[in-house]
Amino acid sequence: MGIARSLPFLYAVGWFHSRRYTAALIAVRLIRALTVHFCSAQEVEDLLMPFRSRLTRWGAISVVALAVAGLLAGCGENSPSTLDPAGPIADKEAGLFWLILVVATVVFVAVTGALIYMMIRFRARPDGPPARQIGGKQSLEIFLAAVPTVVLFIVLFATISTMFALAQPSDPKTLTVKVIGHQWWWEFQYPTQKIVTADELYIPVNTTVHIELYSDNVIHSFWVPQLGGKTDVIPGHNNTMWLKATTPGDYRGLCTEFCGTQHAHMDFLVRAVSGATFQSWVNQSQRTAAAPTTPAQTQGQKLFMRSCIGCHLINGVDQASKSQVGPNLTHFGSRTLIAGWVVDNNSANLKAWIHDAQAIKPGSDMPAFTNLSDSDLDALVAYLQSLQ
Amino acid sequence: MAIGSVATRGRVARRSWKQSAVGSWITTVDHKRIGIMYMYTAFVFFLFGGIEALLVRTQLATPNNKFLSPEAYDQVFTMHATTMIFLFVMPMWTGFGNYLVPLMIGARDMAFPRINQLGYWLFAFGGLLLTVSFLFGAAPNAGWFSYAPLTEATSACLQNPLATDQAATLQAATQAAQGLQGCFSPGLNMDFWIAGINLLGISSITGGINFIVTILRMRAPGLTINRMPLFSWMIMVMSFLLVFAMPSLTVASFLLLFDRHLGTHFYQAGAGGDPLLWQHLFWSFGHPEVYILILPAFGMISEILPVFSGKPIFGYTFVAWSGVAIGFLSFTVWAHHMFAVGLPPIAQAFFASSTTLIAIPTAVKIFNWVGTLYGGHIRFTASMLFALGFIVMFLIGGLNGVAVAVVPVDYQLTDTYFVVSHIHYVLFGGAVMGLFAGMFYWFPKFSGRMLDETLGKIQFWLFIIGLNLAFFPMHIMGLLGMPRRQYTYAPNLGWDQLNLISTIGAFILGVGVIVFIVNGIKTLGFMRADAPGDPWDAFTLEWATTSPPPAENFATIPVERSRRTLWDIKHPEDPEWRREH
Repeated sequence: MGIARSLPFLYAVGWFHSRRYTAALIAVRLIRALTVHFCSAQEVEDLLMPFRSRLTRWGAISVVALAVAGLLAGCGENSPSTLDPAGPIADKEAGLFWLILVVATVVFVAVTGALIYMMIRFRARPDGPPARQIGGKQSLEIFLAAVPTVVLFIVLFATISTMFALAQPSDPKTLTVKVIGHQWWWEFQYPTQKIVTADELYIPVNTTVHIELYSDNVIHSFWVPQLGGKTDVIPGHNNTMWLKATTPGDYRGLCTEFCGTQHAHMDFLVRAVSGATFQSWVNQSQRTAAAPTTPAQTQGQKLFMRSCIGCHLINGVDQASKSQVGPNLTHFGSRTLIAGWVVDNNSANLKAWIHDAQAIKPGSDMPAFTNLSDSDLDALVAYLQSLQ
Repeated sequence: MAIGSVATRGRVARRSWKQSAVGSWITTVDHKRIGIMYMYTAFVFFLFGGIEALLVRTQLATPNNKFLSPEAYDQVFTMHATTMIFLFVMPMWTGFGNYLVPLMIGARDMAFPRINQLGYWLFAFGGLLLTVSFLFGAAPNAGWFSYAPLTEATSACLQNPLATDQAATLQAATQAAQGLQGCFSPGLNMDFWIAGINLLGISSITGGINFIVTILRMRAPGLTINRMPLFSWMIMVMSFLLVFAMPSLTVASFLLLFDRHLGTHFYQAGAGGDPLLWQHLFWSFGHPEVYILILPAFGMISEILPVFSGKPIFGYTFVAWSGVAIGFLSFTVWAHHMFAVGLPPIAQAFFASSTTLIAIPTAVKIFNWVGTLYGGHIRFTASMLFALGFIVMFLIGGLNGVAVAVVPVDYQLTDTYFVVSHIHYVLFGGAVMGLFAGMFYWFPKFSGRMLDETLGKIQFWLFIIGLNLAFFPMHIMGLLGMPRRQYTYAPNLGWDQLNLISTIGAFILGVGVIVFIVNGIKTLGFMRADAPGDPWDAFTLEWATTSPPPAENFATIPVERSRRTLWDIKHPEDPEWRREH
């Protein structure tokens, strides 16, 4: 076990010993050795299975590069991977990437192969012939300029046709979401449904979601790798984009434009759910906040009114306050993450967050509440977590 | 006797400080000395930039690492790029160009020696100004691209740098935190950046003008532009790019300065300005800048490959004019940095097309370099290894560049680690590998001493291994969704091992740099200055004089009859000029 894992070159040695292996097989085995730390060897084998029978030597080498990238992409299960698409846009973009990878691999192998051949063939040897004083050949040079021109224009054609295909959704929009980039968290508003929430974006599957992007501070960029490419969120430019998920699931989203100190903690979660689940989420979210039911929760609500109401809104608790500084907390207890996914949402994390947010997310607008006693913190946490 | 020595002593006492060892360097206007000062200073900044890179990689080695605070990380990653681009690669090329171009074209000095001197000192003090910002805890921290409005402030919220009053600072910080319109960088950080960048910009423009005039007006008799060494060609193209691209950055940064200190609103959307104006201005400098960083390396490779293959470059005219084509096209591609900002599709199609066009002359160059080896008599010196390594690494940088030029793929990959991989294959695999090829090649000319070839080859392999370990995994990180410029990342997203590998690679590169320093100290400190004038059996004019060349370079200005004057002298039976028309 240990030996098999730790000595990748054993596979190569084995190949030299018995010439039975095809180039494709050695590729498979090398990849298995290389990727053993990233994912199981079985995945590697499965992925390469269809190629195994009819690969030429060069083909095998290009597949190595292809497969290494693909495998590493596929095996980190939680990765927000662009090569693990869950919707039509990401799918088209990934397809185009694979095309480019094949073209690039062929070019790389051809050029590097030519270079290595010449390095060996024309290396200086004491008995070798003197260098031939040739400074080029015009017809060959024109040919060599024509080859990349043709290849690049084929790529350009694929680029522009895909780009225009992605510019507009093919079906009418059925859901509109306003996305607002803050420093450093995402606010999501559903204007038709009259819902304001943060950090978690619910969308129904197989539905085109029209997204309007706003920022009143710096530039952010809204990206859900598994659903499609990013669009910048620029003050004064109310950009729009569209998304569509075909596979239900949770997809990580990220801010990809450097937006200040906590750019690293501006992630969010897209929850693509069935139409029925989405509708019940809408119904739940339209309700005002749950009333406190235990003494601790009641105490927590009092503390909230005293300490938090300046920045956070809970619908139904204090209609007079309309502050927008922090996220709307009406249904905070149902969310799975806190403050741009700096931590997962559970009672311990929430307590630490309220106690000293600056230690967890330095530079954020959330002040530390080190003056709150332990029991007060527990009460506040109990109240917030009850807001389902 | 006694009277004589008194008189001598009197003369010594009156000797100007300008003739002292240090004074003569400070006041020199000699192109070779200025070139050497550029190279030494740039190398010191390379070490600074390298340390910054290692700090970045150490912070990112493991998820949720607390090695650097977010504030420190932002300063370090910003200064890494700023230092490497403006304080290392650009002045290093100016240094090589300063030393070599007059020698290559058979001139006695640059056209404007005093402007040359001014350029160096502007660079030195500009670099110093940028670097001392760390001592104020206020190094630039918004990325080398300094996108507005993150870099914005208003005079109302600026921190007074002289105030020691905690309350005032706190008040300013609070106002900033409350989102006072357009106040995101109230500290001194961006002011250091604007001041430093503009000093460097003036330095670059003076250097550019000087090179252009020198190359166009001061070539030796017979050295037509069509016979000029390709390194001089590329320095000329670089110079035109400097002269026409830098002003755009100057304008952009002055508008930012006005916004910050004079109450204008060029980049403030709320007041009728536009943040995208910054991006258009910045990238119309920024993309030519990329070619400023790489074209001189192209030139060096085009000198070195022929010499160590013992034959002329394959397709001189194609190599020279593809450099010119790249120069022109580099002004038409800037918005490919901005595919995600929401430009209309037709504009994106334009910039995708121009980007496709600029890839063609680049591909042509690579074919020509490979073709140069054909029929050669290849000597694998350290310099040649770096040149060959350059071709392969730059090829990767070109191919992954094609991936991000494909607009729909770029929507996914822009601002991720894939792009970090791309720029490092181009700038480390390209510019830095080219630089060391040139360093090993021309070091005997600069110093009269040969660098140690064995140490050079060790450094080469450390570089090749280190750079691929450091930068190849970044492709995959980017594909797996890891954004750039994050001071940390969450665990178990498939990024952990890749980041660790990358950090290991970065430290291997650090070891490679140390090997070079050891090599330099050994060569300069312990070796005799006995390098011949032409140690490599080379072709161009700089090898026709002693190593190092005397003041004024040549006893008599040589007359050139071909692209390879030295070949003609060494091979009278088969001179190059017979093949030229």
